[in-house]
Amino acid sequence: MQTLEALLAEHPFFTGLELPYIQVIANFASYDHYSAHKYLFHEGEQAAHFYIIYEGKVALETFAAERGMITIETIEAGEVLGWSWLFPPYRWHFAARVVEPTSAIILDGGGLRAKCQEDHHFGYELTKRVAHIMMQRLQATRLQLLDLYGMHA
Amino acid sequence: MLSSLQVNDQLVFQHDQFGQLLATLHERGYQVIGPTVRDRAIVYDTLTSVTDLPIGYTDEQEAGTYRLKKRDDEALFGYAVGPHSWKKFLHPPVIRLWRARREGHGFQTISEDHASPKYAFIGVRSCELHAIAIQDRVFMRADATDPVYQSRRKDLFIVAINCGQAGGTCFCTSMNTGPKATFGYDLALTEVIDPPSHSFVAHIGTELGAEILSTLGTEHASPDVLQKAEQVVTNTAQQMGRHMPATPTEIKDLLARNLEHPRWDNVAKRCLTCTNCTMVCPTCFCTTVEDTTDLAGEEAERVRTWDSCFTMDFSYIHGGSIRASTKSRYRQWMTHKLSTWYDQFGTSGCVGCGRCITWCPVGIDITEEVHAISESEKEEP
Amino acid sequence: MMSIESSDPMLPRPYRVRRVRREIPDTFTLDLEPEDGSAIPSFATGQFNMLYVFGVGEIPISISGDPTKPGSLVHTIRAVGTVSRMMQKLKPTDVIGVRGPFGSHWPIERAIGKDIVIIAGGIGLAPLRSTLYQIIKEREKYGKVVLIYGARTPEDMLYRKECERWQKQPHLEVSLTVDRATSSWCGSVGLVTKLIPRASFDPQKTLALICGPEVMMRFSAVELEKCGVAAENIFVSMERNMKCAIGFCGRCQYSRSFVCKDGPIFSYGSIRDLLVKREI
Repeated sequence: MQTLEALLAEHPFFTGLELPYIQVIANFASYDHYSAHKYLFHEGEQAAHFYIIYEGKVALETFAAERGMITIETIEAGEVLGWSWLFPPYRWHFAARVVEPTSAIILDGGGLRAKCQEDHHFGYELTKRVAHIMMQRLQATRLQLLDLYGMHA
Repeated sequence: MLSSLQVNDQLVFQHDQFGQLLATLHERGYQVIGPTVRDRAIVYDTLTSVTDLPIGYTDEQEAGTYRLKKRDDEALFGYAVGPHSWKKFLHPPVIRLWRARREGHGFQTISEDHASPKYAFIGVRSCELHAIAIQDRVFMRADATDPVYQSRRKDLFIVAINCGQAGGTCFCTSMNTGPKATFGYDLALTEVIDPPSHSFVAHIGTELGAEILSTLGTEHASPDVLQKAEQVVTNTAQQMGRHMPATPTEIKDLLARNLEHPRWDNVAKRCLTCTNCTMVCPTCFCTTVEDTTDLAGEEAERVRTWDSCFTMDFSYIHGGSIRASTKSRYRQWMTHKLSTWYDQFGTSGCVGCGRCITWCPVGIDITEEVHAISESEKEEP
Repeated sequence: MMSIESSDPMLPRPYRVRRVRREIPDTFTLDLEPEDGSAIPSFATGQFNMLYVFGVGEIPISISGDPTKPGSLVHTIRAVGTVSRMMQKLKPTDVIGVRGPFGSHWPIERAIGKDIVIIAGGIGLAPLRSTLYQIIKEREKYGKVVLIYGARTPEDMLYRKECERWQKQPHLEVSLTVDRATSSWCGSVGLVTKLIPRASFDPQKTLALICGPEVMMRFSAVELEKCGVAAENIFVSMERNMKCAIGFCGRCQYSRSFVCKDGPIFSYGSIRDLLVKREI
């Protein structure tokens, strides 16, 4: 079993992050496994953690009145889940349901925020990476919104 | 009568013998088409005799303007080109491609034999010879041939005329397509009016041309008369109403690197997408087809008609038109004509006849558009 | 005067509908055979036919059958306009007209010894299914074979059962994704582009084939290039208005090319500058 530091260092999200910071993050980290159908969190709950996914698949869901639960995105190995822990009001906007057995490193959101506040260089490195993920998701979502395969595709 | 005229011979005949040329062609079974006055313009239609020609007429052309005027001589070809081009006959505006009849669950197709009369075109300008050659490359490719075009093209007899004057919107010299006819004809004539003399110098292009011409009383052209004929061409070349600011291949590259130039927005404000330019252009070839049935739904037919890239339908695929804006449609027409035609067919699509300038109701001038884009590049630091 | 002129490229040949299969709500597949019992012309995958409904009109449709099974002509059609909506009403023994095949093909002959990545979106899987059939038939010629297919929802997935069968085959890597789904869907949700970096292929030795809406093809090609696949090894299938399919009506012009005869399959490298231009 690799150390948390080793695992963090090899995850694509942390590519290029200086080792001292990896060690700092490891202090806020724990490793866990989740079986299929389990909910990591529900819409509206406190966003306490940042999930670094190593294995498996998690579905981001929302509930639309007469349509039931709708999956809007799936997050898989090598990706990260959640950024609501970084921004007030620190509440989840979607639910996360495990689709395939998932292994993840869970980072303490509050602890990471405090560290960002104390060390702005660390804060920049972390926020920069989160912003990049958000940019990619936004671009993809915009294309999803086009309903490309719909009637006028 | 001279016997055994040869290809490349230069002969002379008098203007009052012109009728004999038409008569010979009629006797040989040709449907003779040439310029004639109708609706205050010089159009191409069937000629029954020489008097059908616009004798003593000239045209005054400018952007968005066309007027016929009387000349002070009796020239048979004293004008430039009108709204018709020879594509009207070689690439008919409306033609049925086939019919089909219901039979049980299915249908039986009935093809057309596309037979056409044997045409003789009288008074084909050098720019028009180039235009015909351009459409030959469109419709008679190595891998596919349009049977409609081919049947009309194969027995075509061409009497070319070297222009005695350039039109107000002409720019064949810029496009290297004239004014002198250099290929593609059976006979090429130059009208020489030097009072009291009024004659035609005829250059023989083919053996068939020699044979037809031999039914007239001709003499070998003297050096003096040949010199006068050359002078006609030289004069015409100097009278061009328009010029392009660059060579045809330079224009091709200029437009290819300026697809987002603001000039396209400028011309889009003026263009009505009326499609006149595509209708009068001698090389525009785009068509549509209509599939219809009779009222009982028993017989169907497919009819091909001229169409234009300026229509919204032209680029329509499920959901909408690819080229919805006027800007994109104008850009498509002009860049196809002057630039991408090279990629597709190896030459420019424009022969400098000026029709698009004359017949544009708002007077859009492609030479001016090219000029504007070209100049703006020179202004850049 | 009555003649079936096979030499006139504008004359349709009557084909009888053998079977109609309803695929997804607005999409159906026709299995056709020539009415006179003659042979069906062979085709290369990626090519299309012009399909004619008596008295109504004619539309270009990609061939989606098995090129190694010459006994039937198969077309999957989406009902989006007048002619395709009429075709939706066809029943076995009805007759339509067929002209073709036309156009360029997916050049998998260039992929021998290499990996193949197939990216399809929506109805775009129809022409690529032909290619997959051909690849599966001669599987040993190629390296890794990847299919990434995106649809709107699982219910809109074309050839879903076939996709799931392919997913189970050990020598094919199949990733299915949708734009959105209910909780019964266990596959990916998101754009096909997301699955490209996750697929196993050697970018230096890959041929990529993309078919779907233009926007999707554009973004997928960009993603493939980011992964290191050369532009000249990426192929897309373009679509434009067509009336003749033989380069005479002029309607399918795509700047320098005619989609009917220079395409519909183009290398991304040859049209990259055009894909980013509006209204070209």
